[in-house]
Amino acid sequence: MRERIAWVLARTALGWLVAGVMAFPVFWMALAAFKTELDAIASPPLLFFTPTLENFAEMQQRVDYLAHAWNSIVVAFGSTILAVLIAAPAAYSMAFFPTRRTRSVLLWMLSTKFMPSVGVLVPIYLLLIRAGLLDTRTGLLLITLLANLPLVVWMLYSYFKEVPPEILEAARMDGARPLQQLRFVLLPLAAPGVASTALLAVILSWNESFWCINVTAVNAGTLAVAIASFSNPEGLFWAKLSAASLASVAPIMVFGWLTQRQLVRGLTFGAVK
Amino acid sequence: MRKAADRDPEFALPIPARLHEYGDVQSINDDPRLSAAPAVAARGRLRARPRVRTWVLMAPAVGLLAIWMIVPLGLTIWYSLQGYNLLYPPQGFVGLDNYEYLLTDPGLPVVIWNTIVLVVAACVVTIILGTLIAVLFDQPFYGRAIARLLVVAPFLVMPTVSALVWKNLLMHPVYGLFAWINRWLGLTPIDWFADYPMVAIIIIVAWEWTPFVALILLTSLQSLDRDLVEAARMDGAGPIANFAFITLPHLARPIVIVVMLETIFFLAIYAEILVTTVGGPGLATTNLPFSIYSRALLAFDVGGASAGGILAIVLATVVTFFFVRAVARQL
Repeated sequence: MRERIAWVLARTALGWLVAGVMAFPVFWMALAAFKTELDAIASPPLLFFTPTLENFAEMQQRVDYLAHAWNSIVVAFGSTILAVLIAAPAAYSMAFFPTRRTRSVLLWMLSTKFMPSVGVLVPIYLLLIRAGLLDTRTGLLLITLLANLPLVVWMLYSYFKEVPPEILEAARMDGARPLQQLRFVLLPLAAPGVASTALLAVILSWNESFWCINVTAVNAGTLAVAIASFSNPEGLFWAKLSAASLASVAPIMVFGWLTQRQLVRGLTFGAVK
Repeated sequence: MRKAADRDPEFALPIPARLHEYGDVQSINDDPRLSAAPAVAARGRLRARPRVRTWVLMAPAVGLLAIWMIVPLGLTIWYSLQGYNLLYPPQGFVGLDNYEYLLTDPGLPVVIWNTIVLVVAACVVTIILGTLIAVLFDQPFYGRAIARLLVVAPFLVMPTVSALVWKNLLMHPVYGLFAWINRWLGLTPIDWFADYPMVAIIIIVAWEWTPFVALILLTSLQSLDRDLVEAARMDGAGPIANFAFITLPHLARPIVIVVMLETIFFLAIYAEILVTTVGGPGLATTNLPFSIYSRALLAFDVGGASAGGILAIVLATVVTFFFVRAVARQL
């Protein structure tokens, strides 16, 4: 049955209205990033103005954007690579050699993910001081790794389950040892799943705010920390705030758009498919 | 070599020894254990032969997570029983004094209330908006794929950025866009963070998390049986009846999942408060995580903050328990 064209047009208008409202704050921020500080606080607000790139140069001076960006990159990608390396053997073992305990282990891992960070803030903070890891990339990387590990195990497990065991069996017949099967057969076969798992882990650690604000500062602070420093009311630096925000948000947003469906699967631990 | 029953609990269930225990012939055919048995045995043989030492493969992940869970938890419990403030000499073991102090603190009911208000209000708003968006984006329209990217955008913005953009560019009482709109309409601008601080934070959180709900429900809607909808329409069900009797029941399970996940995440909201109101004015926007943070890293009260931490863990564990059970059913 063909729908009346009017309905489709009405839905189109409504859909784009909703999209516009949801994306508006991001759009407004992106616009402010190219304004001068004066234009940014102008009344009435300016939709058309002479764009400037000055803010991007000045945000570098004010919050040292590049240093923070480097911290974010090291922590996000470092923790993700380590998490995949540690999680892959475990997921491989659980997907292909399940034991009676596999189910409980998976559920236990899931429950560690939901332990509230604030509940263990004090001991972690004191342990980091004692280990000399407070405000270091290593310290934050370790915490991020541990926070994302359950999710990475879960996602890899669910992708590995989709690979037929007969293929690994064939590799075994040819004399491949378990780790070789994992490295040369399973990982290439499950590559798309592994990639979206890694992407999701990068997004989560890039946007993570609780731990980086509390255990890092000037040395190892990530972009989330750099932006938070704009909350000090020492003046209206909205254009620079917007420039720094845009430069922090843009790369990860592309990642997120690429992996929308996996986002759902990962964040609900497969409870919604 | 271990028996197949070790690896497959379903296979280990006792199969009735005598035929008459089934009652009738049909139920023999229906017994999944019987029909599945040859397949399970075959798969079991395939998988059992390599004799992989699974614990070696599992050890790094399980070991790290076990340490990550047990050590900080144990230390939090230990510190919560100590009179330990970084500014004063340690007092040693003080029993349950920290808990007594925490539970009799006149601020605690306010803090708990704020935590609950934030969780409940943000959940309700995001689920209503998220459901509507999911239903809308489930139907085809022009440019839907691109519009969907725009809707997802807020979820991918880091919390410190969202909070500061809303606080400054939009909600600022003098230079914010909302203030200008109000003046343009001839109204007095609202000073959001002074007059309605909790509402302002709920708006920010709801904006961040509505895409999350919409995405999950949209994914779930795509598994809805289209024939069912078509059949209902043939029978004369209008769009509203369709939504109430087909769509909503289909979404009930994912919505329950979303409520649990959001509760766990919203119980831990922190960055949004830190960069906007710093818990104020007074205690107006101090939730449990923020009060623990200020006790620990502003007042250096290790013992008191740890007792608060235990309270937070207990609250989250209750919700996590139900969530894990829901996931276990799917496994």
